[in-house]
Amino acid sequence: MKNALELSYLVPLFPLIGFLIIGLGRRYLSKSLTGIIGNGVILASFLVSVWIFLQVKDGNHGTIEYFNFISAGTLKVPFAFQIDALSSLFLLIITGVGFLIHVYSASYMHHESKEHFARYFSYLNLFVFFMLLLVMGGNFVILFIGWEGVGLCSYLLIGYWFKNTEYNYAARKAFVMNRIGDLAFLIAIFWIFSKVGSTSFTEVFAADGLQKLSSTDITGITLLLFVGATGKSAQIPLYTWLPDAMAGPTPVSALIHAATMVTAGIYMIARSNVLYSLSEVTSNIVAYIGLATALLAATIALKQNDIKKVLAYSTVSQLGYMFLALGVGAYTAAVFHVMTHAFFKALLFLGSGSVIHAMSGEQDIRNMGGLSKKLKLTFFTFFIGCIAIAGIPPFSGFFSKDAILLSAFEKNPVLYGIALFTALLTAFYMFRLLFVTFTGKFRGTQKQEHHLHESPALMTVPLIILAVLSIIGGFVNIPEVFTNGGEKLTEFLLPVIAKHEGHEPSDKTEYLLMGLSTGLVVLAIVFAWFKFKNYQPKEEKGFGKVLENKWYVDELYDKLIANPLNRFAGFLNNIFERYIIDGVVNGVGRAVNYGSRQLRLLQSGQVGSYVLLMVLSILLVLLYQFFIKK
Amino acid sequence: MPIDYYIYLSVSLFCIGIVGVLTRRNAIIIFMCIELMLNAVNLLLVAFSKMHHFKNAAVNASAGSDGQLFVFFIMVVAAAEVSVGLAIIVMMYRNIHSVDINFLNRLKH
Repeated sequence: MKNALELSYLVPLFPLIGFLIIGLGRRYLSKSLTGIIGNGVILASFLVSVWIFLQVKDGNHGTIEYFNFISAGTLKVPFAFQIDALSSLFLLIITGVGFLIHVYSASYMHHESKEHFARYFSYLNLFVFFMLLLVMGGNFVILFIGWEGVGLCSYLLIGYWFKNTEYNYAARKAFVMNRIGDLAFLIAIFWIFSKVGSTSFTEVFAADGLQKLSSTDITGITLLLFVGATGKSAQIPLYTWLPDAMAGPTPVSALIHAATMVTAGIYMIARSNVLYSLSEVTSNIVAYIGLATALLAATIALKQNDIKKVLAYSTVSQLGYMFLALGVGAYTAAVFHVMTHAFFKALLFLGSGSVIHAMSGEQDIRNMGGLSKKLKLTFFTFFIGCIAIAGIPPFSGFFSKDAILLSAFEKNPVLYGIALFTALLTAFYMFRLLFVTFTGKFRGTQKQEHHLHESPALMTVPLIILAVLSIIGGFVNIPEVFTNGGEKLTEFLLPVIAKHEGHEPSDKTEYLLMGLSTGLVVLAIVFAWFKFKNYQPKEEKGFGKVLENKWYVDELYDKLIANPLNRFAGFLNNIFERYIIDGVVNGVGRAVNYGSRQLRLLQSGQVGSYVLLMVLSILLVLLYQFFIKK
Repeated sequence: MPIDYYIYLSVSLFCIGIVGVLTRRNAIIIFMCIELMLNAVNLLLVAFSKMHHFKNAAVNASAGSDGQLFVFFIMVVAAAEVSVGLAIIVMMYRNIHSVDINFLNRLKH
């Protein structure tokens, strides 16, 4: 064997096999068998991923080409996997968190019928397959295949309960909005190929490849790639699909719409960090869009009453944070935040799933309250998730968020200020969610109260594991100020992401900033405690109503884009189609009809007139032959 | 004798035939006029082949014979046509008791 890493094809192969077995055998497999296969393949993939990670850690990395995927003229796209620090880290996140969520799903979805249960797991396995393809792809084309594939699976899983029309609309919205971004991504790939002559990462990002790109090219390509990322990773202006995507089953929200798929945009930009660090303009745009998204989504999350919607906006906000990090050049911090976010956001979503499970499908936090007594374990793990996302040391969110804030501070203190404010909002709305849901008095119906119960072990064990990861996950990249050589992740990612250049702030500033953010976050939590410990639902007024209605962005999009498009389509349908297209088609028919009615007069049935016509015609031909045609 | 006279004669015969076909209503007379036209052409063919023969006899002994051969073919075809045509006219007379072609406007339907 040339390279031990050639075995890495096993990683995506297992989920694909799982998808095929479960998908084709959905009528015949029992629920427990489906669960075992669905979970088993992900576990197998996780084990191989761990092995690959260890290989990469030992310095064994590279591009593995399997076969020629496309070969036409000068266009050559090999089916290649890029196994290096970045992709192996993502492999671990996807298969690791993915496995926990699969286990959780087996219990959460158990009330579904056999066939739908199998359908769920086949989609989930297919999703993992495409997601692995996305992060392992050795060139932009393979990445794009995975990119489209996860979009498809996201669509299928959002619309999993396809009998509900609203859910189908949500699925369609997600798909269409993603397509807008995907188009830009595709154009960027064409652009790269036309200039560099290859889409392979190693060739494009090498010095040779970069030489072929002018600065305009780089700005254009990076901007288009970023537009692609805004679609997949739910940034302004294409973020509105993500909150609606909560229509899918909760584990799906945890896996696809929090931990993995939505971070594909961050992965893609981190992968192309060589290009991005060459374009000042794009980097600034990325940073500002990320920051604006983080702030906007955080303000909306303040007033949402659906437990999953709060988490969805929180996800959008955290993704904004990651883009801010990418924009200021702190690629490692972004990847670090992807990792910690995957832990605590998956934990929070699964926790909310446990709550919804206990409340028999109720999602409105106004009808909850006081759940901590009945759902002790869920409450405890959810609490850990909240602390982690709020950024209290030494939980994982603190380290990753602090790394981003610090990089923002180095770049521009104004960016830092807004980001810090967003962090306060984050702490506030997360603890609002926690207090409203778990403390105070129960506000639901008697029947619901009677039904309240802690979830089974299959659901709580993943919660506990994720909670542990949320606590310790941050220690892989402890800032330099605490321990020398603590930044293990940065070190690990060095081959892919060059060290962040910039003037390091002094240790004193760094301590000060950490203290400031921690202190303010604690204040925000205390404030939330006093405001929401005895929460009573009340009508929102004024600004609160604007926030509750998500700044009316959906309505704005409807007015600005959807309605004009609908009207234009209506015009085409009613006017253009009816009078122009149909007019031409029917007009041709009518003209032929009319003409033939006139011509029919010639057919008199009189042999004499026929012969006369014949003779005249022959004469005409003769005249033409002799006198006109020379 | 110059070829011109043959040409004048056959053109005259042909025109008489055409005018007859166009103007007369009796099917038998129209039929005779068609025969007249055929024979006008035959005459022309024979005349041209003879002329051709005189011009090229020194080079090719059989020059112009194809024209005369054609004439025989045309006569055979004309004979066959006459038999079919007359049969049609007989059938026509049996059905509508007339040989006036103006009654034959059923082609329209």
